[in-house]
Amino acid sequence: MSQLKPAADWTTDVEAISYQCCALCHEVQYFRRAFCAACGATDPVDTIASGEGTVYATSLVLRAATPEARAHVPYNIVLIDTAEGFRMMAHGDPSLAIGDKVQARYTRFTGRLVPYFERTSS
Amino acid sequence: MSYITGVGLTPFGKHEGSSTLDLMSTAAEAAIADAGLKRGDIDGFLCGYSTTMPHIMLATVFAEHFGITPSYAHAIQVGGATGMAMAMLAHTLVDAGVAKHVLVVGGENRLTGQSRDASIQALAQVGHPTYEVPLGPTIPAYYGLVASRYMHEYGVTEEDLAEFAVLMRAHAKTHPGAQFYEAITVADVMASKPIASPLKLLDCCPVSDGGAAFVVSREPTGEIGIRVRGAAQAHTHQHVTAAPALSELGAEIALARAKAVSGLQIADVRYAAVYDSFTITLAMLLEDLGLAGRGEAAARVRAGHFGRDGAMPLNTHGGLLSYGHCGVGGAMAHLVETHLQMTGRAGNRQVRDASVALLHGDGGVLSSHVSMFLERVR
Repeated sequence: MSQLKPAADWTTDVEAISYQCCALCHEVQYFRRAFCAACGATDPVDTIASGEGTVYATSLVLRAATPEARAHVPYNIVLIDTAEGFRMMAHGDPSLAIGDKVQARYTRFTGRLVPYFERTSS
Repeated sequence: MSYITGVGLTPFGKHEGSSTLDLMSTAAEAAIADAGLKRGDIDGFLCGYSTTMPHIMLATVFAEHFGITPSYAHAIQVGGATGMAMAMLAHTLVDAGVAKHVLVVGGENRLTGQSRDASIQALAQVGHPTYEVPLGPTIPAYYGLVASRYMHEYGVTEEDLAEFAVLMRAHAKTHPGAQFYEAITVADVMASKPIASPLKLLDCCPVSDGGAAFVVSREPTGEIGIRVRGAAQAHTHQHVTAAPALSELGAEIALARAKAVSGLQIADVRYAAVYDSFTITLAMLLEDLGLAGRGEAAARVRAGHFGRDGAMPLNTHGGLLSYGHCGVGGAMAHLVETHLQMTGRAGNRQVRDASVALLHGDGGVLSSHVSMFLERVR
């Protein structure tokens, strides 16, 4: 099994959303692995996403589990279907509705960088 | 072939000073007595996990504590589906001749054994450690996401979801062991504290202390036999981010497999026991299982369909939403109540006909599913 390189995206405090694309079967995956979960081929290609997407689901959190998270209440947890074809969880503007076209920017949550989606103006 | 021969259930709520092992022991003792057996008859043992007593060998810790030396024993972990997964495994073990009497136990002091924050935080860890948990979602938020999408696709409203909380509370009112039994209305649910939209406090099951147990045997030990006709599972994903489309969730897959192995259909079912961690869970599962059409479950609740005297009585003990949820034992209470109904021992909650029952458990975020059919035989 080949070694997985560290990600360079919001999970490591870099303002980017990354995903992997399989050179063999062309499936895309968001959860980072050293292999393609669809076909098992090794070394899927690291790719940076455009940050564009569509809102799939939303939930505005009013009861957080930790004192650190409670300081941010209310915050909107969203699932975004990205333009590249994978789904991801992120934060979003509280006014977002399912089907809205959105673009990623970034904010800090409990001291960490997290993606924050806003409606595109068009 | 296997039979559920005995059941045991503690009241749910606060059991101040009771440990995981205490609650498991109380339920186990009751189930063995109910089966007409003695501790020494138990040759197989299965248990779940306890968030207040994490241990790598909980089954043998309990077996030693309780005083049994089974020839087969271990714990299993499938989140909320653990109880039904243990029922399926016990059936499989008995059917294969590995054991004659399998004792299955779940219990935990989840309410008084830790702070509410600790409980919420422990459960939120079912999320992805890199891609979900750092965003601060809670279990209600995971289900809130699913609810928002389900409501969007099928036109379900928050008032519709509230009906399930009202129904479970009405059922709990008739069970002395229920954690919450004061009547509530749709307006009460709508006015309850927002937790993670669209879910409000009364859309969520409580955290409870409690224990539940049952015995699965090769032959009936009493006059009435409650036979396991068949069971099946489906595991489609772990994390909500990786969940398939709403039309491809695991409940339908597990049910289709359970129908195939049991030879039974939904039309044969007279009593339903369905996992109800949140109102949305129950609404979706009822529709996934074909106990109501898409977007139609709430209308069936309003029409009395799922009430004690309705065509398909459902969770007559009050479910997780009102009887309570102590972890692994929570969904096992559904099986205990089903057994009482099928053997005509449900007292003031007794339904007319519970000759065939469908049970369904769900773990994670609709990740793991177990469906089981039970049938009464003389």
